[in-house]
Amino acid sequence: MHPTSQTFKANASAALHDAALQRALKNLKSGFPGKRAAAIAKLPEFDALRDAGRDLKNHVLEHLDFYLERFEAQVTAQGGQVHWARDAAEANRIVLDICRAVEARTVTKGKSMVSEEIGLNDFLAANGIEPIETDLGEYIIQLRHEHPSHIIAPAIHLNRDQVADAFHAHHGQYGFTERNENPRALMSEARQVLRQRFLNADVGITGANFCVAETGTTVIVTNEGNGDLTQILPRVHIVLASIEKIAPTLEDVSTFLRLLSRSATGQEITVYTTFSSGPRRPEDVDGPEQFHVVLLDNGRSGMLGGEFQDMLRCIRCSACLNHCPVYGAIGGHAYGWVYPGPMGSVLTPQLIGVDIAGALPNASTFCGRCEDVCPMRIPLPAMMRHWREREFERHLSPAGFRFGLRAWAFFAQRPKLYQSVTRIAARVLRWLGGRNGRIKSLPLAHGWTAWRDLPTPQGQTFQQQWAARQEKRS
Amino acid sequence: MSEAREQILATIRRGLQRGPLAGERREQLEARLAQPPRNLIPARAALPPAEQVELFVTLALAAAATVERVADLAAVPAAVVAFLSREGLPTDLVLAPDPDLTALPWDGQPTLHIERRAAVDGDKTCVASAFAGIAETGTLMLLSGPHSPTTLNFLPDTHIVVLRANRIVGAYEDAWSRLRERGQGMPRTVNWITGPSRSADIEQTIQLGAHGPLRLHIVLADP
Ligand code: SF4
Repeated sequence: MHPTSQTFKANASAALHDAALQRALKNLKSGFPGKRAAAIAKLPEFDALRDAGRDLKNHVLEHLDFYLERFEAQVTAQGGQVHWARDAAEANRIVLDICRAVEARTVTKGKSMVSEEIGLNDFLAANGIEPIETDLGEYIIQLRHEHPSHIIAPAIHLNRDQVADAFHAHHGQYGFTERNENPRALMSEARQVLRQRFLNADVGITGANFCVAETGTTVIVTNEGNGDLTQILPRVHIVLASIEKIAPTLEDVSTFLRLLSRSATGQEITVYTTFSSGPRRPEDVDGPEQFHVVLLDNGRSGMLGGEFQDMLRCIRCSACLNHCPVYGAIGGHAYGWVYPGPMGSVLTPQLIGVDIAGALPNASTFCGRCEDVCPMRIPLPAMMRHWREREFERHLSPAGFRFGLRAWAFFAQRPKLYQSVTRIAARVLRWLGGRNGRIKSLPLAHGWTAWRDLPTPQGQTFQQQWAARQEKRS
Repeated sequence: MSEAREQILATIRRGLQRGPLAGERREQLEARLAQPPRNLIPARAALPPAEQVELFVTLALAAAATVERVADLAAVPAAVVAFLSREGLPTDLVLAPDPDLTALPWDGQPTLHIERRAAVDGDKTCVASAFAGIAETGTLMLLSGPHSPTTLNFLPDTHIVVLRANRIVGAYEDAWSRLRERGQGMPRTVNWITGPSRSADIEQTIQLGAHGPLRLHIVLADP
């Protein structure tokens, strides 16, 4: 996917003016956070489980090479194959070769963010293989030639009338000629259309929420059952997984599972949790004949031992997106690449470069909600701050910002001057605010006042007030 | 592609500032894999057996499954017939080719038309048997195998699952222990199923019956 993170500011402002998007984003705010809170209230051990999850994933990362090798050995022992990919191009090539070897024409796909990351659909299509997304949300956006705007609810930026339009435009060929806006009817239509595609597919591709080293098992969680039909009907099952998805044992996966769906949709567990190990056994009467796992690195190994290592604990639950005021205001597409919201603001600069995605770590109010809700206790705000520091060091931050910081540093090093300048500024601002106590527009601060008023200062600086207070005390 | 493999592992080790694990540290990890420790298990999963059955039923119902308790396995065929007629569903059944299931007195239900096989497109109702029930979240655990094809769990509109009450365990970890006791390694597919299929992808409103079964009916047989 071609990133548009460079134009984040313009994207965000367009998103704020997009009435349909703003309508759809209300569904996010009224849904996920409340459901998560209710699910967690029913599990008194939740915070202790977060500690356990964090410690467990830290253990995995400290021994990642060992566990990856064990995972590979166990997959192989059961008749499956593991393929290692350093980057997107290698991963795409591996998948294409597997598809070609069985002369695949169509490929069904369960939801996979790694597949989005490597741009697999476009690559397969360009090579004459038709990829068919089967998760309802993914299917809708594939029809609309869009990318997901959320890591677990890919079509959350859409309203039912837009879904109805997309189905009406594409489903005539299957005999659905009437336009319908009822969500139930829309889903049933998609079920009927996709059922045939599941049955005819040559290869099924899914992601993996976890890869179990102990047993060589990949795990997916879904509610629709599409990930299962994707993997049990075709002759070949390919799993796309990034290298940090390791969980040592089935017991360890159980701990992560207790955190994942509660943090994501507020379910105690998703409808389907599926553990896949190798191809069908000789005596089995259904299931895939081939089982392949593509392990993607794409910059992750380079995060180990550095200041972004903690980000590799992420289990892609989306809680940080769902609770982020910035994401809630602009949705996912404005971030300009695959991973939006706070987790994306940390991950994207690492995966596609801070020169392209430098605006993202700045798209934060630093309210700290993301870290508060993250089941893996990832210090997201601190890591966004690391990116800002790096940007500053590499002279990537905007000129105005750099000038401002330098000016501030000049005064901060001269306390006397700092005090008198701020004293004057506070008085001027108070005078500007007049009686109603709000400043509607201010030169040099248009970025703030265009959206909201600036409250008028009281006319004294913090230092003046502090001094006065100390005097009163003594 | 082994070049990619070596390079990825080398970068990981460089980041971790060490070579391949050896000696005591490696042995510790091997030991952990050989005897997987249990992490924190929520108190709700550690109830006495009778209460576990209650919790399983409560949570399965909360996940929009339907549950019917019968006195013993022999009562299952009649219960299935009663369910189908209550719901106004056809009497064609695909039965998992599982000796424990096929041995039940289906002959006493002449209205049924039964086939014993994997599922194919167009099958309306399938009956499978669960390896375990997990009380902690009202979850069924089914294993793939010649006696329990996975397609039965996903292709039909109505999925009927027979579960013995003494197969209900408290925690996920207890279910894994049972699987290990079975001693045949991992089957190709382990399915945890909690309620019928659903999606909230259109305006975040949950609709039952996405790609998998529209209905999940659990026949819980004592003991
Ligand atoms: S960063 Fe934390 S909250 Fe955000 S998706 Fe990852 S695990 Fe979930």
